[in-house]
Amino acid sequence: MNKITRRQALGTTAGALTVLGIAGATAHAAATDSRAAATTPAGTVDEVYMGRRIQISPASGGGHHGGHHGGAGMPSVRIDGRELHVMQNADGTWISVVNHYETYADPTSLARAAVRELQGSQLAPMQMGGM
Amino acid sequence: MTVRKNQATLTAEEKRAFTNALLELKRTGRYDHFVTTHNGFIMSDTDSGDRVGHRSPSFLPWHRRFLLDFEAALQSVDKSVSLPYWDWTADRTARSSLWAADFLGGTGRARDGQVMDGPFAYATGKWEITVRVDGRPYLRRALGEGVAQLPTRAEVDAVLAMPVYDMAPWNSSSGGFRNNLEGWRGANLHNRVHVWVGGQMGTGVSPNDPVFWMHHAFVDKLWSDWQAKHPNSPYLPAAGTPNVVDLRDTMRPWNDVTPADMLDHRTFYSFDTEPASAARQR
Repeated sequence: MNKITRRQALGTTAGALTVLGIAGATAHAAATDSRAAATTPAGTVDEVYMGRRIQISPASGGGHHGGHHGGAGMPSVRIDGRELHVMQNADGTWISVVNHYETYADPTSLARAAVRELQGSQLAPMQMGGM
Repeated sequence: MTVRKNQATLTAEEKRAFTNALLELKRTGRYDHFVTTHNGFIMSDTDSGDRVGHRSPSFLPWHRRFLLDFEAALQSVDKSVSLPYWDWTADRTARSSLWAADFLGGTGRARDGQVMDGPFAYATGKWEITVRVDGRPYLRRALGEGVAQLPTRAEVDAVLAMPVYDMAPWNSSSGGFRNNLEGWRGANLHNRVHVWVGGQMGTGVSPNDPVFWMHHAFVDKLWSDWQAKHPNSPYLPAAGTPNVVDLRDTMRPWNDVTPADMLDHRTFYSFDTEPASAARQR
């Protein structure tokens, strides 16, 4: 039951529109559920970049979305099916665990930067450290 | 008392002692524990939630304590060793002696970024990357590729001139000394150096590259330089601030150390630029 609340949907609108602007040609609009259809197409990316598949799903509700380590409201970003840990900065820009010290305008350009950095390597399973 | 020296002034013997101590920590697994800890904080420190190690006022005291722990580990191997600092405003090219084969080794090769020379080259069998964000087990660098220029002395001086330590909202969008030094705002100092080195240094597992410690030892020195210029500017925030570490709040993961405990580096070490008498007895 991962229903997107109105507040969460509004919270992702700005980022989602940015993604749509960059990757609108490849954004999926496949949702059949009328509630999800209002938000899913804009935030969803499924493209092949430099031979790697980038899939971005907008943040979903309940705090149990795919990007669980990124905190509530984070989209799920996958490269060839492996999750990329991403984070949004207070100014709206994005970083990932692969490009942690430089910012990107939106999740799509962030994912593409990770693809370039990976040079064909697969992402490792995410691990939370601490001691 | 530990004296932290500019890496450019180390003798061949001092360089060898430092890299040998790094290799010994790596061999026993203690090194990778530090990498894991750093990445855990990288992934959990957020602008809108709890933040301790990064993008927050405690960026500087957190890393001071993190480096102290690491330096103590090095000294448990060889008590003559201290953390050298890399003044990247002075040693600012890939031709610096820092990147020579008798110290950290150089940039990575074009094909895959792999560092091929020096004590941390994969082929030595002594520096496998085990705490990693992808499948590659070798140390990588791309010196000067992610960004062409390291910060200049003038850029550092402009940040050192900022009179206020940190400002609300106490995150990556803040004004003030801390965030301009960390690099989310302004000329971009600390973050840019990570990007300039490239490879693992650009990722959450940046301590996999031994230059991490020398970079942060210099960032730590810049904090003390700033304190000397602004003796009446306190650590901020003082108290009662949600999600961030106030002056007398404890910091994870230690939970028994506060920013107040970390304010005076002379409690723990001195820099080679200071008179020996500046160092307090331990």
